[in-house]
Amino acid sequence: MEYFIQQLINGLTLGGIYALIALGYTMVYGIIQLINFAHGEFFAAGGYMGVILLSFLSANGYLATYPWLCLSGAIILSMAYCSLLATGVEKIAYKPLRKSSRLSVLLSALGMSIFIQNGLMLTQGVYDKAYPTIFSQGGFDFGNIKVSYMQIVMLLITILLLILLNLLVFKTRIGKAMRATAQDKTMSSLVGIKSDRIISLTFIIGASLAAAAGIMVGMYYGSVGYTMGFVPGIKAFAAAVLGGIGNITGAMIGGFLIGMIEIFGAGYISSEYKDVFAFIILIGVLYFMPTGIMGENIDDTRV
Amino acid sequence: MKKPILELKNVTSGYNEIQVLKNISIKAFEGEIVAVIGGNGAGKTTMLMTISNIVPVTSGEILYYGEPIHKKPADVLPGIGLCQAPEGRRIFPRLSVEDNLEMGAFLRRDNKKISEDIEYIYQLFPILKDRKKQHGGSLSGGEQQMLAIGRAMMSRPKLLLLDEPSLGLAPLIVLKIFEIIKEINKKGTTVLLVEQNANLSLKIAQRGYVMETGKIIAQDDANALLNNEEIKKAYLGVSD
Repeated sequence: MEYFIQQLINGLTLGGIYALIALGYTMVYGIIQLINFAHGEFFAAGGYMGVILLSFLSANGYLATYPWLCLSGAIILSMAYCSLLATGVEKIAYKPLRKSSRLSVLLSALGMSIFIQNGLMLTQGVYDKAYPTIFSQGGFDFGNIKVSYMQIVMLLITILLLILLNLLVFKTRIGKAMRATAQDKTMSSLVGIKSDRIISLTFIIGASLAAAAGIMVGMYYGSVGYTMGFVPGIKAFAAAVLGGIGNITGAMIGGFLIGMIEIFGAGYISSEYKDVFAFIILIGVLYFMPTGIMGENIDDTRV
Repeated sequence: MKKPILELKNVTSGYNEIQVLKNISIKAFEGEIVAVIGGNGAGKTTMLMTISNIVPVTSGEILYYGEPIHKKPADVLPGIGLCQAPEGRRIFPRLSVEDNLEMGAFLRRDNKKISEDIEYIYQLFPILKDRKKQHGGSLSGGEQQMLAIGRAMMSRPKLLLLDEPSLGLAPLIVLKIFEIIKEINKKGTTVLLVEQNANLSLKIAQRGYVMETGKIIAQDDANALLNNEEIKKAYLGVSD
């Protein structure tokens, strides 16, 4: 039982990360029906920006004195950086192709992914970069169940971001305009919504969530590498599909589920096959339930 | 003489190589209801989509208060008082009725007046108030049409373009909607009404145009069109 709860906590932590990344896939898909294969790279770029900022702060001694301030600052700056990056990618690689076939845009996305990945390699080097330790390695022990401080911080940040996103998308005028654009672009321009701006905004939100996830993964595993975006990116994509691509609530649920499945699969079946479970789910969903859990048309949580 | 609020001068437009509108010229004067009648495929919807600049003009001009607007992107037009309730209603299916109305006021910032206007729409169409939390997509055809008109009114248009508000609705609902169109017009909104239901639309309109295969083939006072023998035969279902 204790083992189960331990795995549950680990699964939640990891699932939150997948949920944050999956939201970017699903929101972009909801608006322009594009699987943005460069999305995993925003996650990696965020992780790198985090290590650069935090190492700098740590070298100057600020990190030890004001850990929370430094962490939030680093997260916010990385999110801003990835927003710029995503806006650039959208303007350069996707916008000119808006009227072309979906396949062209998809290939452009794959190209962007390779481009950013190699950009990271060229500028940051091929070796992994170590994250400075911010929070002590300790945590809370409940018998044999161990919850590290880092896990708590990650869960809190994830939950905060998910709540903010929900408020933005479902309560604000601009969020409603986003959903309106996803549902009918012609009609939304007839009421005065500028779809280009909404599309940019969608990329910005998706990329900044991925950036936050990148920093947290960097801190959790202690380092970042230039290929780090690939596997979590594909797993988060599986999560978005599992939840029902295009559906925001679905992506959150899908993310947590994929995280749990991966951790439980690794814990109870075999850790060697850790990476396989997400893909089994992906294939299973595409085969048996292509619209995913939330189904594309079931409710209004589709962007 | 009243000044025209909208004027199409020899407008040609279409989709890629297919020309749909051929040298269309029409006018709408301030405060009136103008009906454009015609059968399926006459180009009525294309005309409205061209005015809203969803379909680009290939030649000719569209003047709104004397200013050319055919180069302006569609999304600025509601901000200058030109709004369309398009064919097929195009309600945002997964937004609530209230959010749909709110989106109609997207370019406005006067939140207090927006809520007043939503209340006004609820007065015009009380059924929408009962359904305000429901998804737009769950409404019946008639309710969706009411919502589409309400949403277009939320931008406080000076000129309202209505595309076949009677399409697919029960006769009683159609009558009700046409009553509301009259009422909206009385409060000062100019209405350009595109319809297949020639009889009803000419009855509420002051002037009318008849459109056939992308051309205007007749124009007159609405009453004159109603009594025109040829129009009667072709569009009003009078056989002899």
